[in-house]
Amino acid sequence: MKKVLFVMAPVVLVAASYAQDIKIGGIGPVTGEAATFGISTKNGMTMAVDEWNAKGGIFGGRKAKLIFEDDKGDPSEGAIVWNKLIQQDNVVAIVGTVMSKVSLVGAPISQAAGIPMISPTSTNEKVTLVGDYIFRACFIDPFQGTVGANFAFNDLKARSAAAIFDLGNDYTKGLAENFKKQFEKLGGKVVAFEGHPTGTTDFKAQLTKILQGKPDVIYIPDYYNDVGLIAKQARELGFKGPLVGGDGWDSPELVKIGGTAVENGFFTNHYSSEDKRAIVQAFVKKYKAKFGAEPDALAALGYDAMYIMLDAIKRAGSTKGAAIRDALKATDINVVSGRIKFDENRNPIKSAVIIEIKNGKQVYRTTVNP
Amino acid sequence: MGSIFSLQQILNGLQLGSIYALIALGYTLVYGIVRLINFAHGDFFMIGAYAAYGSFYMFNALVAGRSGTLAFLVLLAAMIGGASIAYLTNKFAYKPLRYKPKLSSLITAIGVSMFIEYFFSALPAIGPSYRSFPDILVRKEIRLGNAVISNLVIIDLAVAAILMVGLTLLVRKTTLGKAMRAVSQDKDAARLMGIDIEKVISFTFMVGGAFAGAAGLLAGMTYPRIFPYMGILPGLKAFIAAVLGGIGNIPGAMLGAYIMGIAETFASAYNSLIGEGIAFAILILVLLIRPRGLLAEKIADKI
Repeated sequence: MKKVLFVMAPVVLVAASYAQDIKIGGIGPVTGEAATFGISTKNGMTMAVDEWNAKGGIFGGRKAKLIFEDDKGDPSEGAIVWNKLIQQDNVVAIVGTVMSKVSLVGAPISQAAGIPMISPTSTNEKVTLVGDYIFRACFIDPFQGTVGANFAFNDLKARSAAAIFDLGNDYTKGLAENFKKQFEKLGGKVVAFEGHPTGTTDFKAQLTKILQGKPDVIYIPDYYNDVGLIAKQARELGFKGPLVGGDGWDSPELVKIGGTAVENGFFTNHYSSEDKRAIVQAFVKKYKAKFGAEPDALAALGYDAMYIMLDAIKRAGSTKGAAIRDALKATDINVVSGRIKFDENRNPIKSAVIIEIKNGKQVYRTTVNP
Repeated sequence: MGSIFSLQQILNGLQLGSIYALIALGYTLVYGIVRLINFAHGDFFMIGAYAAYGSFYMFNALVAGRSGTLAFLVLLAAMIGGASIAYLTNKFAYKPLRYKPKLSSLITAIGVSMFIEYFFSALPAIGPSYRSFPDILVRKEIRLGNAVISNLVIIDLAVAAILMVGLTLLVRKTTLGKAMRAVSQDKDAARLMGIDIEKVISFTFMVGGAFAGAAGLLAGMTYPRIFPYMGILPGLKAFIAAVLGGIGNIPGAMLGAYIMGIAETFASAYNSLIGEGIAFAILILVLLIRPRGLLAEKIADKI
């Protein structure tokens, strides 16, 4: 018996020290159609966790442990990893995920389990409406669509516009609808409003139809992969005007796929690395040193979302779901993408920037306040 | 405002149809000879696109700026890539099952298709993510009335036309073509006449694979995004095109493919959701009204 105890002792010790860690689930599409989004997000989350741990942990000397899962940008895959993190890994909170269509599947699972969740970048309105445990670190679709329309009408002086969006994706549909609403409200004319099926590579039929209406500007609120293809085919069909989009454009891949076709392109975004605020510059410097790349908005929001969550856990002083939720609601913090407070629907109140693609580079153009 | 039946839309449809045609020919050739629907055929198309992608970076420095030569080398690589995977698939998956029940081959075909897709997405050099296909040629556009014709449209149509003429000559005028026709009509009689039928079958697979490979390159240039699952949908649609034209019939596959390309473009211009489904609607209609396809083979079916 003694012998058994002797052998067991180190095992028990290891288990006890392991239990001290606060397990946080991280979710993002590290492979698939939005892979660069997932990688940046994961980098941002990892950086925030490392920073908190280096400062001595979250509370009572307990450190955070990030368990990251890949949802592949696929809703059914998302449901699997969500359940895995909650049931198997017993995480106390979830930071994820990138795409709205996947978050919309994960949010009800988090809500039912009482595990607080904060999505770094899911901009679709419906995500946080799922329940009081669901938060987000980014602004929402109506805002991005509205800002895009204001920019096209006031800054680009466009009077007619067309929109092309992914029928199978709530994010791109939401942006397109809100763009249309605002553009028409300003007095502009939306000459074509075309959906395309998910996963297609041939957009020429829709684009040909759009160009028959001779729009001044085309609004493409898709993800970078599709944007590159659509831009190329639009230019091939003879369109020379400006293209406007949303934060789905924010990837170094955009210029690789789109080449010169995405020049004269503009998109609304959460943050710019050219922002002069000290907190932004410190973040950019640290990120570059750690990952050897310029942080995009996904990295900034992944970092922010994790930071907000860890801050809430610290203030809660507990790993209980309800306590963390209440602390999240009371958030008032300065992070990389701005100062964050939550409204009654758990959406942050914050500003947006417009980025221009110039000579294959992302250039900061202007900031728009809510 | 123009209608959905503009010249531009017809051009878009012909371009899409050319790619379908090159894939559909492989289905029809293989079916004609071994009575097998090779469901892995769409994946030969994917391999062709990746072979083109890889060879572009290999040859790019070598030929330094002569984009015509480069395009030719890349086309060759894509065709060799498609032919090689077709050869291997036939040798290891289908040949051992040649005289087993048809169902075994059919299920094997589905298995091979999945194997190729998942194996290639697991390879670190390929991976499951999208890759952007490089611009092999500088894009140029010509305005023609209301329509804009890019050099890509011309290249897609020309490459498809040249390959299809080549195939027709091969089948009609050469001894090998005669052997292919003989095997397709009666395997046993062909064997008695001294034809090495396994060799002919293998050759047929390679021709089909090479065509799919060429289609992979054209698709990569036209819609510059490639990934390991890119062959599934075009493969299915090309298969439907082959059925529409009358499976086993070469001109039928071409005709079916162009009808599909144009129908899909018109339907997409009318409504995107219809566009995606039109192929399957066509399939159902063909099966109901003319189950043997538009240009059905006149030989009695032996199955």
